[in-house]
Amino acid sequence: MDYTFHWRPVFRKLPDLLEAGLVTMEVAVLAMLVGVVLGLALAIIRMSGLKSITWFAVGWIELARNTPALLQLFFFGFGLGAFGIHLSPFLIVLFGLSFNNAGYLAETFRGGFNAVPPTQVKAARSLGMTPTQAYTRIVIPQVMRVVYHPMTNQMVWSVLMSSLAMLVGYRELAGETQFLASKTYRIFEFFLVTAVIYYVMVKLILAGSRLLSWRLFRY
Amino acid sequence: MDSVSVFTDFQFSDLGFLAEAAGRTLLISVLAISIGTVLGCVFGWVLSATRLAGDATLGVILDIFRSVPLIIQLILFYNFFPIIGFNVSPFVAGTIVLIFYTSALVAAVARGGIDAVSINLRRASRSLGMTYWQDLRYVVWPVGLRAVLPSWAGVALGVLKDSALVSVLGYVELLRASQILITRTQEPFLILTVVGAFYFALSFPISRITARLERRWQYD
Amino acid sequence: MIEIEGVRKSFGKLEVLKGIDLAVDKGEVISIIGASGSGKSTMLYCINALEPIDSGRIVVDGVDVHAGDTDVNKLRRNIGMVFQQWNSFPHLTTLENVALAPRIVLGKSRQESTEIARKQLDHVGLADKFDVYPSRMSGGQQQRLAIARALAMEPSYMLFDEVTSALDPELVGEVLDTLRLLSEEGMTMLVVTHEIGFARDVSDRVAYFHEGVIEELGPPAQVIENSTSEQTRRFLANVR
Repeated sequence: MDYTFHWRPVFRKLPDLLEAGLVTMEVAVLAMLVGVVLGLALAIIRMSGLKSITWFAVGWIELARNTPALLQLFFFGFGLGAFGIHLSPFLIVLFGLSFNNAGYLAETFRGGFNAVPPTQVKAARSLGMTPTQAYTRIVIPQVMRVVYHPMTNQMVWSVLMSSLAMLVGYRELAGETQFLASKTYRIFEFFLVTAVIYYVMVKLILAGSRLLSWRLFRY
Repeated sequence: MDSVSVFTDFQFSDLGFLAEAAGRTLLISVLAISIGTVLGCVFGWVLSATRLAGDATLGVILDIFRSVPLIIQLILFYNFFPIIGFNVSPFVAGTIVLIFYTSALVAAVARGGIDAVSINLRRASRSLGMTYWQDLRYVVWPVGLRAVLPSWAGVALGVLKDSALVSVLGYVELLRASQILITRTQEPFLILTVVGAFYFALSFPISRITARLERRWQYD
Repeated sequence: MIEIEGVRKSFGKLEVLKGIDLAVDKGEVISIIGASGSGKSTMLYCINALEPIDSGRIVVDGVDVHAGDTDVNKLRRNIGMVFQQWNSFPHLTTLENVALAPRIVLGKSRQESTEIARKQLDHVGLADKFDVYPSRMSGGQQQRLAIARALAMEPSYMLFDEVTSALDPELVGEVLDTLRLLSEEGMTMLVVTHEIGFARDVSDRVAYFHEGVIEELGPPAQVIENSTSEQTRRFLANVR
């Protein structure tokens, strides 16, 4: 083994990497928020049973789940370029991840709503609650609990997926790492440190989620 | 059409090129999923059998594969081999990483499957005089398999799609092939759509078949 | 007073109610017995408009339940209902389960609705379970919780839909005791039940449902002890 590790250039750039880690968190969280809103809409459309719009939701969900996330990112990148639409690298990543998150979360939410027995609504209505009250007070809190764990997983996926950004020229953690590594040729060292940063970020998300769930769900 | 253009239109023969690339996607996925599943089942069994000790060692290692982006894993391993004096092809490096990645995901699923078989059921089979291995083979395996088949299918589909990332190392699978064609034809939307259709054609049947198996296997 | 006149109801091709007539007086306890699928439960659901009817009329205290302009949410405040599957709200404590509807439906203050909840839980013998989540309680306790939850709305009528059918045998007694207590307090009750002993001891009248019609209606001494109907006698012989 005649390779000598050089860690100094990596550690000198550690602040840059950590800052890029924050960019990763930003885009992942944003894509998650957009994904939750869109996913909820898709789930409601799909459950509505209105044929005229159901196909749209089903199409979105199946495409998001049955093609690689990277392909989806490319679509928002040079795929849209074919129509003269040129998004910034940030928007390519945000739209791509949101599209993917929404597809997966839609199915999560649908499962959540199906997990609450319809008799819960009956019981609430029998107490004189309006449909809105029955939903906001009885159904939604129970759905929240069912989807909480899958949503945490999706958040982790969102962070891991955001690393694809390096292939569309956005400098979040993976992109920044590639940039720095190519300047210094310390590819292995840089990516190893980045791997550690990703690992820590994922563990922080999981720990935070667990803390929050103790506060939210006491039953 | 400009005769001196270096770009040429998307041609019918390009479909053959894409189909060949789809074959490579399928090859690397099948290798990763089959070997990774076997490994993952063994890991899952070790985790389930050793409990805390397994969690603290094997569990931690497998967890790393699930907590670091696959693309980073691929780049790391591909650049690690020359360091220890091996030069490996993108195909070999990509396949090895995908196998371990798959095994880490399957291990979690398999462990869940084994734990899903109630202790009373296992006591019942042991009380009939079955050995530990007979219990594992004739009771835990079939019962646990049914419980986790959907999760396993999810992993398999995920790996099929994630195999696209091996393109980063230069292996010409489906996605890399699309890049080559796009550069030549300058028709990104058409080609991405065709490639999307290829992926869809590969993965959609898996999700349909498992959905059907799942319904058929449902107890009463 | 609940007046049911010529009520018919079908699920698709299956007609489950084939013209039901029944009048329930204030303070009366009527037990409804009959085989599964005879339409007993469906009728309860129709009384508080959880199911629509096809024809006929149900009038509660002068209000036509199924008229287009009836405020069903207001109507249901006056009619409590307890289900076979107790349907306790799993995300709320016992106290919150009972206090929620008085607060958001009747608009009572948080303090007042909590006070009502304490009183009603005490009433059904759950005074020691205020801060417990339903998942920690037995089926019998959860069913009593459901009764307290309905009572907290201070309804004039209570509908019970096979409230002991899903319970383990040893838990049936505590729920029936609660029903007995309510009847002694003068609550107007419609009780769909398979507990013939309870029907005989507690009810003022017993209705025997058979294939969507009331085959026989009268005091327990008549329907249960000296039935004139061949159908009723056969049913009773089977359940006893």
